[in-house]
Amino acid sequence: MARSTGRKAASAPPIPNWPRPDEPERFVASRDQLLEMYRQMVLIRRFEERAGQLYGMGQIGGFCHLYIGQEAVVVGLQAELIKGDSIITGYRDHGHMLACGISSKAVMAELTGRAAGISGGKGGSMHMFSVEHGFFGGHGIVAAQVPLGAGLGFAHKYKNDGHIAVTYFGDGASNQGQVYESFNMAELWKLPVIFVIENNQYAMGTSVNRASSEDQLYRRGESFRVPGLQVDGMDVLAVRGAAKLAVEWVRGGNGPLLLEMKTYRYRGHSMSDPAKYRSRDEVQAMREKSDPIEGLKKLILEGGHADEAALKAIDRDVRDEVAEAADFALEAPEPALSELHTDVLLGTY
Amino acid sequence: MPQILLPAMSPTMEEGTLAKWLVAVGDVVKPGDVIAEIETDKATMELEADDGGTVTALLVAGGSEGVKVGTPIITIAGEDEAETPAVAPAPKFTTEEPKAVSLPERETPGDDNAPVAAAPAPDIAPGPTRRQTVREALRDAMAEEMRTDQTVFVMGEEVAEYQGAYKVTQGLLEEFGGSRVIDTPITEYGFAGLGTGAAMGGLKPIVEFMTFNFAMQAIDHIINSAAKTLYMSGGQMRCPIVFRGPNGAASRVGAQHSQNYGPWYASVPGLIVLAPYSADDAKGLLKAAIRSPDPVVFLENELLYGQSFDVPEGDHVVPIGKARIVKAGTDVTLVSYSIGVGVALQAAETLAGLGINAEVIDLRTLRPMDTATVLESLKKTNRMVVVEEGWPTCSIASEIMAVVMEKGFDDLDAPVLRVTNVDVPLPYAANLEKAALLKAEDVVTAARTVCYK
Repeated sequence: MARSTGRKAASAPPIPNWPRPDEPERFVASRDQLLEMYRQMVLIRRFEERAGQLYGMGQIGGFCHLYIGQEAVVVGLQAELIKGDSIITGYRDHGHMLACGISSKAVMAELTGRAAGISGGKGGSMHMFSVEHGFFGGHGIVAAQVPLGAGLGFAHKYKNDGHIAVTYFGDGASNQGQVYESFNMAELWKLPVIFVIENNQYAMGTSVNRASSEDQLYRRGESFRVPGLQVDGMDVLAVRGAAKLAVEWVRGGNGPLLLEMKTYRYRGHSMSDPAKYRSRDEVQAMREKSDPIEGLKKLILEGGHADEAALKAIDRDVRDEVAEAADFALEAPEPALSELHTDVLLGTY
Repeated sequence: MPQILLPAMSPTMEEGTLAKWLVAVGDVVKPGDVIAEIETDKATMELEADDGGTVTALLVAGGSEGVKVGTPIITIAGEDEAETPAVAPAPKFTTEEPKAVSLPERETPGDDNAPVAAAPAPDIAPGPTRRQTVREALRDAMAEEMRTDQTVFVMGEEVAEYQGAYKVTQGLLEEFGGSRVIDTPITEYGFAGLGTGAAMGGLKPIVEFMTFNFAMQAIDHIINSAAKTLYMSGGQMRCPIVFRGPNGAASRVGAQHSQNYGPWYASVPGLIVLAPYSADDAKGLLKAAIRSPDPVVFLENELLYGQSFDVPEGDHVVPIGKARIVKAGTDVTLVSYSIGVGVALQAAETLAGLGINAEVIDLRTLRPMDTATVLESLKKTNRMVVVEEGWPTCSIASEIMAVVMEKGFDDLDAPVLRVTNVDVPLPYAANLEKAALLKAEDVVTAARTVCYK
């Protein structure tokens, strides 16, 4: 499915003559790479399921947006980044944190609002950060992370440190004006930024078709000469292949690139969303035919890379890790009341 | 014989430098010919002849500085008058009253002779100083910090090649190059976000808004992205960024371009908000702002850019969060900030003539506010008037009055009064604008009221 604006379609306008990357190829992974991607995707899935349960029990408050169904996107992309690269995303951020290697305990404890949470309990589900892991949030305002991510890329270019920024946002965010302000500056200044649209088909309850005059979102950068690629975001190897190409392109000083990841979320927009805007059959069909974890599992087994027992062992480890994270998050103390007044300003005035 | 008067070439121009004549007596000019180069407070502009004719006299010498708007500068005889002998009148322009045809008469100080230097600054140690405009002081602050810290850069509309819409960044491109002095597209929301991201990524951006009126398009990043992130991250994420630019009413630019955002930003925890009046504070506070690890909103004022003050030589840094007693007094405290300080000083002079010795406090920092200095002064004078170039409702004045009610009630001998702009969008018409803006005479009336005199 990897499509790019470079491919000629019958009705498409002629492709402008500016540099663009080749068509990405599906990633060819080693056994270890396959198992690690499997482990990460299962970890995100189980973690989110547990978060959903804790929300139902009243242990997690406020807004909570689950990443279930979209795991292949972040896992495939993060695999191609190196330490020192920056990433930033919106409020559906738990999966990104886990894929960055941030401890599941620290993330879960943030969801329950405890002192041991990654933000000390002050951020919550939508506002988590780990500078150490190059994870710059976790932002609650739709599309705000897009210029912020361009700014992270700007900083890499300014410092000439060879690193890049990856900016994740959704199909809903792709209709915000600041996205295009960012595309313009990023291309104008050749910033090392990969813009990733995680197109899960619904902006809360509004389908892409109902909200976007150009629903092929990978074309959204064209007016700014930002080349775009459309990728099957339910196939972690397709994602990783595109990521490899995108990282090379951007790290090579060619300016920004736009990746549209066609994906799907199984759960509602947030925990309070009854999801009446789509049919059960639609969700069920997606789970049965396109589930990213099942797809990779099949590939691993059919390719003889590992047997059922090896995958079951991973599943068990992940279940244990998530159970431990949940226990930790429920037992950890809340922040001290004195924390109310800390971290407002760094300086003393 | 038609004379050409020095025109106002920007809304706030009150005088200019006649940099160079491009014609001489006896030259024949056609309509549209460039006859002179005029240096304004913002840029060097070319003056064109409206009508053709023969130049019969240059009334102001090339290179003259401080030529008031409305001063006759040249006479050009029309074709039918070409034979008229050229008699240059005595150049009286230095003593002439400015006609300021396109400018309203303002109560606010509009030139360097305003009573700004009348008050000594008790808290500034004496030392070598230099006379500088606020504009030059701001530029020097940026340049000095950019020399010592490679992570500091400036971005905004017209900051580089144009040399700044108000010439505040003049010369920076030449010294620091295009990678550190960056012209942006007209895209406030975008570049405020990009700058904030760059700060998160380890740089120290100075983001210039051409005016803070345009920053309303970017306010989400100033508040939600820059101000709150340290707290939301439990202290992990730094965002050392300075958002700066002119704020408040300029001159005859109407409602959308004339608003004081001080109270807006000062209400937000996580932000530092600075609004200096004098050039020395502008320089010292901007340097402190750039060095601060926290996000700073730095509110300048277009009408102050051209005003001159004594600025200490050397690495002059003014502490954030400290008000300044601009004029000591005993009978009533006038609290103000930014351009309002000039109005308060003007009122204090009038009050002195009435036997009322006013103390004038310049808040300088709106957040975190130095309420201690305000309350100390109240203990001494027992009377207070807050002077603010902005709307009265939910203002800095409201905040000061609340603080005084909570912490200074027993020191009050009269209710605190506020003197502000009128509570309407700023009108364009000269008389209406004048009526809407802060006036020294109203400060005098309020001070007399609280002194029962």
